[in-house]
Amino acid sequence: MDGNSAVGEAAIRAGCQCYFGYPITPQNELTEYMATHLSRRKGCSFIQAESEISAINMVFGASAVGARSMTSSSSPGMSLKQEGISYLASCELPAVIVNMSRGGPGLGTISAAQSDYFQSTRGGGHGDYRTIVLAPSSVQELADLTHRAFDLADKYRIPVIILGDGMLGQMQEPVDFRHEAPAELPVRSDALRGARGRPSKIVRTCTSNTSEMEELNWSLYRRYQLIEKKETAFETFLVDDAELIVVAFGIAARIAKGAIKSARANGLKVGLARPITLWPFPSGRIKELAATAKCLLVFEMNMGQMLEDVQLALQGQGEVFFYGRPGGVIPTPSEVLRVISRHYYQRGLKKGK
Amino acid sequence: MAGRIEIDQEVCKGCEMCITFCTKKSICLSGSLNAAGYIPVVFSDGGECNGCAVCAVVCPEAAIEVYRD
Amino acid sequence: MRKVYGRPRFLKKRSFHYCAGCGHSIVHRLLAEVIEEMGIHERVVGVNSAGCSVFAYNYLDVDMAEAAHGRGAAVATGMKRAYPEAVVFTYQGDGDLAAIGTAETIHAANRGEKISAIFINNAIYGMTGGQMAPTTLVSMRTTTTPFGRDVMLEGHPLKISEMLALLDGVVYIERTAVNSPAGIRKTKKAIRKSFQTQLDGKGFSLVEILSPCPVNWKMGVAESWQWIDKEMTGVFPLGIIKDTTGNKDAD
Repeated sequence: MDGNSAVGEAAIRAGCQCYFGYPITPQNELTEYMATHLSRRKGCSFIQAESEISAINMVFGASAVGARSMTSSSSPGMSLKQEGISYLASCELPAVIVNMSRGGPGLGTISAAQSDYFQSTRGGGHGDYRTIVLAPSSVQELADLTHRAFDLADKYRIPVIILGDGMLGQMQEPVDFRHEAPAELPVRSDALRGARGRPSKIVRTCTSNTSEMEELNWSLYRRYQLIEKKETAFETFLVDDAELIVVAFGIAARIAKGAIKSARANGLKVGLARPITLWPFPSGRIKELAATAKCLLVFEMNMGQMLEDVQLALQGQGEVFFYGRPGGVIPTPSEVLRVISRHYYQRGLKKGK
Repeated sequence: MAGRIEIDQEVCKGCEMCITFCTKKSICLSGSLNAAGYIPVVFSDGGECNGCAVCAVVCPEAAIEVYRD
Repeated sequence: MRKVYGRPRFLKKRSFHYCAGCGHSIVHRLLAEVIEEMGIHERVVGVNSAGCSVFAYNYLDVDMAEAAHGRGAAVATGMKRAYPEAVVFTYQGDGDLAAIGTAETIHAANRGEKISAIFINNAIYGMTGGQMAPTTLVSMRTTTTPFGRDVMLEGHPLKISEMLALLDGVVYIERTAVNSPAGIRKTKKAIRKSFQTQLDGKGFSLVEILSPCPVNWKMGVAESWQWIDKEMTGVFPLGIIKDTTGNKDAD
């Protein structure tokens, strides 16, 4: 199954009730999958909205009345959604937003890139807020993380972004869907369902009371600290004796893995550190690895975005190199191997089996 | 038919639309300020009020209650 | 004597922040009255918008969500699709519905979303201090048309209701005004009809309500209420703009 469709199927099995989207390459298979498979399910709703702005606001409405809701887009469309995401975060409304990112800036290319890291992890829209950001690196992981995203969104009342890319979305791999769609989901206690037997509720972001706004921000940040403690996810590959560790996420990590396997075959002691949650970023783990390895090589398909989080994590303790390719160019494993090897030899790192 | 109205002085903003639309000249401006700094209106009935409720219908503050026989 | 008129039950006991003579609070009261009379309080979910009425939820005692500026029709769409039993209304000003929200408004109407749009047209942007609105009249002075709205530069006032009436998904649009007892009563009937249209599952309905803005029009209250008749109704004629509901009246 292609990655885009896998997201759709996983979402349905997570109990997604509403999908609102807009056509944009390279995620159209997802929108079309929902049109085919979600639209006629009982109690479910599919709309091809008039714009990405409208779609995120439809998600806002559906989430406000208690429905598990999702939208998806690619980089330029994600820019349009930022206002809506800020509002969702402020109102503490759960939502799942899928970004199959592509080269930019501007309308860019339709090929895969990872240049929306900043947009995804630093809020993206206006105001002090964060969203959970999940970075799958295979079609299976796209399915698994999509399912998990709905639970995380509901648990923490926070928008969750799935940061994929055009390649993950288009590639076809076997997928194991481990969940069945729930028969019925409980209604969220904060949902607006009409003031039946209770006082009326308000979902709002505007206030003339700055103390109120301040307290909301502190409260959100307390929650973010909890999420950092409990939900940070990270994967390593051959790091125990690694002299050089590649730090990469998403599709870049897949490419890097291929390069690392070849490097190991050549006797280079290289490993991979793969953040799965980009926010919360696994700063602690990165710092630990920087202490055991001689250097880190950050590899991403952009001009250096996760690089800054790695540098922040290290606080100057440890050596960091960077290799990036922007604009939708897909590096090959052999290219990455050349970069790894060059750094390895230049740095004078020890070889071994 | 006889009627009377009660005006919430603290909520009235003195827009005078009730006075404008009252056909029985039963409302006029009071001479004093309320806590919000407006000059509210008062019921000044000379027995004319018939409880038609036009004043309450036009009142933007929902400040008027109307009673009728 | 018995009480024949008073503050409706679903209008919270709170003084309004609106200017003296403003039409917003009249419409809030009418909404509260209609919701009570129709017995739908437990089903209503309202969507308010940016503008002077951003705090409408402080007055209307129903579940309400604040939409981003202009996005009310999209938020309402999401609500109604996710929870069709709800009676969903939007409460929007002229900038919200017909400037920044034009796309969302047109497409929700075109899809025939079963929502009720309450559209307050005071020909100006009130909350931000009196700038031009899409519905500002020709030659009208605002803070961004200090020399008067110039057709050559700013175009004509936008008649969004007439535009929406062209769409098949729209079943009922009426324009009323709250500058007189008769107008206010007609407005209440129109709001009621719009909600009934939604309850009957017929399609998209909208009530455009011409409303006074004395402060930003730089007029006294009485003058502003008269200005609606003198100037606005010539450009925005009152009456039914479209009605394919088949209902003569909401009653």
